[in-house]
Amino acid sequence: MNLKLVAKRLIFLVVVIWAASTIVFFIPRLSSRNALRERFGELARTGGFSPADLEKIIASMQQQFGLDRPLYEQYWTYLGNILRLDFGYSLYRYPTTVTELIAQSLPWTIGLLLVTTILAFVIGNFLGAVAAWPRAPGWMRGIATPFILLTGVPPVIMGILLLFFVGFRWKLLPLGGAYSVGTVPTFSIGFILDLLQHQILPGLALVLGSVGGWVLSMRGMGVTIQGEDYVNFAEHKGLTAGRIFRDYYLRNAMLPQITGLALALGSVVTSAIIVEGLFGLPGIGTMLNLAIRSNDFPTIYGIVLFITIAVAVLMTAVEFLYPLLDPRVRNS
Amino acid sequence: MEATLVRNAPAGAPRRAVADPVLTVRNLEVTYYTDSGRAKALDDVSFTLNAGEKLGMVGESGSGKSTLALAMMRMIKPPGRIEGGAVVVGGADLMALDAEGMRKARLSRIAYIPQGAMNSLNPVMRIGAQMVDAVRSHLPSEPKAAVEARCKRALQSVDLDAGVFRMYAHELSGGMKQRVCIAIGILLDPYVIIADEPTSALDVVTQRQVMETIDNVQKAINAAVILIGHDMGLMAQFVDKVAVMYAGRLVEVSTVREMFTDPKHPYSQALISSLPSLDNKGVFQGIPGLAPSLLRLPSGCAFHPRCDKAMGICSTLRPEPLTLASGRRVTCHLYDGAA
Repeated sequence: MNLKLVAKRLIFLVVVIWAASTIVFFIPRLSSRNALRERFGELARTGGFSPADLEKIIASMQQQFGLDRPLYEQYWTYLGNILRLDFGYSLYRYPTTVTELIAQSLPWTIGLLLVTTILAFVIGNFLGAVAAWPRAPGWMRGIATPFILLTGVPPVIMGILLLFFVGFRWKLLPLGGAYSVGTVPTFSIGFILDLLQHQILPGLALVLGSVGGWVLSMRGMGVTIQGEDYVNFAEHKGLTAGRIFRDYYLRNAMLPQITGLALALGSVVTSAIIVEGLFGLPGIGTMLNLAIRSNDFPTIYGIVLFITIAVAVLMTAVEFLYPLLDPRVRNS
Repeated sequence: MEATLVRNAPAGAPRRAVADPVLTVRNLEVTYYTDSGRAKALDDVSFTLNAGEKLGMVGESGSGKSTLALAMMRMIKPPGRIEGGAVVVGGADLMALDAEGMRKARLSRIAYIPQGAMNSLNPVMRIGAQMVDAVRSHLPSEPKAAVEARCKRALQSVDLDAGVFRMYAHELSGGMKQRVCIAIGILLDPYVIIADEPTSALDVVTQRQVMETIDNVQKAINAAVILIGHDMGLMAQFVDKVAVMYAGRLVEVSTVREMFTDPKHPYSQALISSLPSLDNKGVFQGIPGLAPSLLRLPSGCAFHPRCDKAMGICSTLRPEPLTLASGRRVTCHLYDGAA
């Protein structure tokens, strides 16, 4: 691959991360609210220490967090911390760091998001490709239709419907949580099965709604590609239908879909936050939700920044994938 | 039957002798079922071709040239349908094969060099991979090295560097892409090669080179070639026989010399006289009227409304193909004594 292109993309990635960090740094400082004051004010109301002590505590905390120093100095320290993925302490769960909180909840989110995004992408693109392929049997081309109908249903509604019917009415699957109450996480088959069982409904809520989008865009692409001269010529060459489908049709129709995947990554996070909350999964979304409700500003900003960086990195990774798939962009 | 469909002779080796004619097309009929009615795109087309012979297929747009090529490959897509007829290539009737048999016959018995060579190569696969998969799908047992050697030989026989094997389509010029398509066409030494306007998107210098390439490779493997095109001048230099199509019918088949000096069918005559020549510079004679719509063909002979020799019978009775004393074939009432 072209080194210049790689360098350009990497520099762009750094700029994006820097811009996101800067915004996340300045936004709270524009606000008149003081996270420390609010947190300790709350404690003072419930915990009973005097207002005089409160001011002292806040002052010492300000000093400890470096909030009393000039803004540019704070900014420099902050940027340095970001480089080490240090997002500071959680106010609510002090002295747990935000990084620790993210590390705890990240596996849950990655497990759900990665699997559902890839699943929806693979299923949707395959069904879309088949739907546009004139030689596919009719029933195979029809499978795509119900998914297209489901495209309009947001993951929240889908999640509630699934919970109500599958979980509540028919009692086929658990109603929520990451694993059954009372079990201790171990590496046993029983626990893993239990865990997977709890992931089915949230997974379905995310997959069912997004497959249709891939089907639609892939079907559109497929209709164009199957009329291309090289697909025709492949048939003139006497290739088997399977080979034409895979190497000549699917490979070419997939190219714009890869770009689509990069773009979709951003919105996937949003749906995941909602679905995690709905099903009570201890992922990043739930963590963010909790932090917002408890005015845990460092955690909110840490998670937002982390998600921004993660999505930017993933998008860049997908972009690097593209030249591997399409030789025409390698040289340009 | 299956075993004879794929011939294992390595490219370049002397071909197995085949009985002439190597290609017999008999009463081939294709109909397109459109919303506004049935269009007979090929009507009772018959001709034969010997090994090593080159036939030029000419006619206006919509006269059925490309449909004929696709029908011979059995690549007519709905709403089109092959209604009947036979295409016998090297002794086997392609119309009688099952789908898998026909797949194997493509490229190995009858090869097609496409019209749009610019886009006929897969942009995301190397040229080599697109040649190898063609060979592999016909000769699955040929060793890898032999397949590769066969492909590189084919590239060299169309005057391309063997290095093209490692390249992608976007790294080649238009002429080179067309050569690659020709190289693919001859990979399995087919009996018949159909080249559908192989030079249409190329400049005149490249056109000539590509035609010479086709000429050379067909001599090397002694294949029968059908050259479809509009360019009568280019045809005249390369083909042995010329077939003229009009509204889905073959109206005349003659040797190239006879066609240019003494065309028999009034449509052929009009075609030839519409060509610019050194003698009548600047004065071109067009053919009056337009090609008829296949949905509403004139009664009798489809050409009679535009024909300057039309007789009473021409508008009522459809002429049948005749073989003249000289061996030429023409479909016209002028020669059947009906007048």
